Amino acid sequence: MTYVGIILTYTLVSNLVLAQFLGLCPFIGVSKNTESAVGMGFAVTFVMSLAALITWALQRFILVPLHIEFLQTVTFILIIASLVQLVEMVVRKYSPPLYQALGIYLPLITTNCGVLGIALISVNSGYGPMESFLAGLSAGIGFLLALLLMSAIRERLDTEKVPKYLRGAPIAFISGGLMALAFMAFDKALLANIIGG
Amino acid sequence: MNEFTRIIAAFLSTSAFAALLGFGLAVASRKFKVEKDKKVEELMAILPGLNCGSCGYAGCEGYAEALAAGTDGNISKCGPGGPEALEALGTALGVSVDGAGVRKVARLACLGCDGVAVRDFQYSGYIDCEAAKVHFDGDKGCKYGCLGLGSCVKSCPVEAIGYTSDGLVEVDPEKCIGCGICVAVCPTGAMKMVPADIDWFVACNSKDKAKDTKALCSAGCIGCRICERKFPNAGFIVTDNLSVLEYTDGVGEGREAASAACPSKCIIKVKDI
Repeated sequence: MTYVGIILTYTLVSNLVLAQFLGLCPFIGVSKNTESAVGMGFAVTFVMSLAALITWALQRFILVPLHIEFLQTVTFILIIASLVQLVEMVVRKYSPPLYQALGIYLPLITTNCGVLGIALISVNSGYGPMESFLAGLSAGIGFLLALLLMSAIRERLDTEKVPKYLRGAPIAFISGGLMALAFMAFDKALLANIIGG
Repeated sequence: MNEFTRIIAAFLSTSAFAALLGFGLAVASRKFKVEKDKKVEELMAILPGLNCGSCGYAGCEGYAEALAAGTDGNISKCGPGGPEALEALGTALGVSVDGAGVRKVARLACLGCDGVAVRDFQYSGYIDCEAAKVHFDGDKGCKYGCLGLGSCVKSCPVEAIGYTSDGLVEVDPEKCIGCGICVAVCPTGAMKMVPADIDWFVACNSKDKAKDTKALCSAGCIGCRICERKFPNAGFIVTDNLSVLEYTDGVGEGREAASAACPSKCIIKVKDI
């Protein structure tokens, strides 16, 4: 698949949140206002790009040569969690402004299923390092997009007259579902038309 | 047997891998250790650690850093911490909390209860001041007055604000921790921060012209300047058709007489002197 194809696939067609239903916890939890949604979105993008790259290396240089691919899930979780912790430390040390912006969200995504999801997807699709990185990056951007849209919807919902029993999470779930339905418009056929293949 | 050794091998290698990563992280945490300010850590211990963000910072740590660095001098921003945290912060930073003129409380600058203030229409939407405000600027004729729907009541972290029976809200100055959340939440600006130990207070927020104010509310300040002119030492300053009492030390005589002379009786006595 071409690079453009990968970007379009993971931001729109196979959007992690709205098409694959991964990473729903932060999708509901951190979408109450736009500011934190953007912070969380960028933190996830950052981590996903790195995680996709490093899990590719793990798979290629350790798991495959030793024929222990069955340990994939466990080792991926381990390495992603450690990676996030390490990144947090490094960012804190060398870039306080970045830490200020992303810091409080980083610990929240150590075990985000979206991050593990994109790592497994790109490894199982047989991507190379550049493709894996791009898949992670565009999945993160797709996540950011979903979170941003959701937070905009929820900010408007706050001032609407919502029936008592639907206020808060229930109406957010319904809105999220409708949004996912709208995202179904981005399908494989559309992608094929755009990139011609 | 072969299967069994495979299980053991997988178990051991994964454990070793995890241990290696753990060890690596431990080394990294040493290497990338950021020298934390002792003061910040001390303040962090005082703050509740909820990272709720009601102080306006990204989390408790952000607030602690701002306090320690002195970029923020307001120690009363932590709502959930309540009076205990406020006191502890004051001690830790050497700021007096209950010192004269330091402690501030919120007070409602509006007397426009039912029957006093005119209502333009019957609002029956979502019970929230902000929501009412977007519908034709609220149901009250006076656009500066308390809408009485209790956005402040809901926002108050220490439950110091309650409803009155006649369509307004009321702050309990004893419970108020002066966090200012209600002031920020109030869409009309009728909630104001004032020193806790004040004696008199101009309970109106209307900047309308005298004629409009009179038509809309019988307890509204019409900006007649009687208080300002006749009692120059009392500290009243009238701007934009609204009298505001300046609480400066050394002035204050004549406030009682000014209250009596006020045609709309919106200068109210707050506590016994």
